[in-house]
Amino acid sequence: MAGRHLDKVRQTAVEALEGMRDGASVLVGGFGLCGNPEALIAGVVERGPRDLWLISNNAGNLGKGLAAWLKAGLVRKVTCSYIGNNEDLHRAMASGAVEVDMVPQGTLVERIRAGGAGIPAFFTPTGVGTVVAEGKEVREFDGRQYVLERAIRTDFALVRGKVGDSFGNMRFWRTARNFTPLMATAAETTIAELDHMVPLGDIDPDEVHLPGVFIHRVIEVPDHEDPFEYRTVRPRPHRRASSEGG
Amino acid sequence: MVWRREEMAQRAAREIEAGSIVNLGIGLPTLVADYLPESLGVWLHSENGLLGIGPFPFEGDEDPQLTNAGKQTVTFVTGGSTFDSAMSFAMIRGGHVDLAIMGAMQVAQNGDLANWAVPGGKTMGIGGAMDLSSGARRILALMTHTTKEGEPKLVGECAYPLTARGVVRRVITDLAVVDVTSEGFRLVECAPDVTAAEVRAKTGAPLLGG
Repeated sequence: MAGRHLDKVRQTAVEALEGMRDGASVLVGGFGLCGNPEALIAGVVERGPRDLWLISNNAGNLGKGLAAWLKAGLVRKVTCSYIGNNEDLHRAMASGAVEVDMVPQGTLVERIRAGGAGIPAFFTPTGVGTVVAEGKEVREFDGRQYVLERAIRTDFALVRGKVGDSFGNMRFWRTARNFTPLMATAAETTIAELDHMVPLGDIDPDEVHLPGVFIHRVIEVPDHEDPFEYRTVRPRPHRRASSEGG
Repeated sequence: MVWRREEMAQRAAREIEAGSIVNLGIGLPTLVADYLPESLGVWLHSENGLLGIGPFPFEGDEDPQLTNAGKQTVTFVTGGSTFDSAMSFAMIRGGHVDLAIMGAMQVAQNGDLANWAVPGGKTMGIGGAMDLSSGARRILALMTHTTKEGEPKLVGECAYPLTARGVVRRVITDLAVVDVTSEGFRLVECAPDVTAAEVRAKTGAPLLGG
């Protein structure tokens, strides 16, 4: 009998997504377009499951990232913290095609963290006295009010890492980490998309950001689009004409 | 003469103590960063998982995987760090962020903050605003004194959906600096050539002081 942690490496996104059926609940890492598992997002469109419950901070933006699922009509419900300029989500919500459950960002990540850590619910000060607390238990601790929030656990989590190995030990790059380490813990099946796959042992134990215990399938995807969401720069000062070129 | 956006940001920067951890909201509050000298030793926090935000990158150095909470490309200052969203919000809710400077749609005389939705309008979302306003040690609202239509944004009671109750301590607008006290709004300072009477006329609740 083999456990879940043998032979995790898959060759394609579609293969890695085996078992994702209609009605599945799916966590997808990323903050806006930063840190998206782009190949897995495209792989889900190719497989074409319907009525998905998508939990992700933004569910795409500017027509990119998870907007592909909205355009393909795969999603029934979105749990997110921010819509902003995501016109695909505004449209889907206005037409009634997609139900949107808006959650404060810190509450969203804590619900996911709790789900992965075996904590069914927790009290938070965030949202007390607002629409977020409506219908929920509010309790006072040490003179301050807190609202009871429930954990989130899902069928799948789709995440991205900069470097990883065949067991799923992972490292992240810059602000691409965001929700990913928490989401990886909170799903029955977590699939990791790695920019670079390295041999087991190449990542020093002290340098592992996320241990492979939370990862069930792994694919290597060397080429990512990584679109700029809002490209903000300042001019480079004191650059001499003679040094320009190339 | 009303304060321009840059002058509002500059005035808000004077509220920041040396050696503090500060979160700047999306939009106008982001401009405050331009008025914080390095010598002040302030660490800017971004809720997507970054402490020690630096200026925008030089052209050609931008990295789509290094962004602030407004999804703009940024840099680190020396000593900056990255971390996951749970740790980022532990910093916020756990009282480790000293000051949050936030945009606002309405602030009530009891410190209620509304800044995430307009009834009947397009909902942009909550993002980190509810966690920041409940968790940061001090909340400063930075906004125009009235709407484009001239309606007061400092009000007796918020008509818009709340972000948090009783959290705003000080408001900086294009006209004035106003504190929220246990007795209501109190005028602290007017923009040059703006009179207390003008500020009072454009405020939707009693204004003490001046």
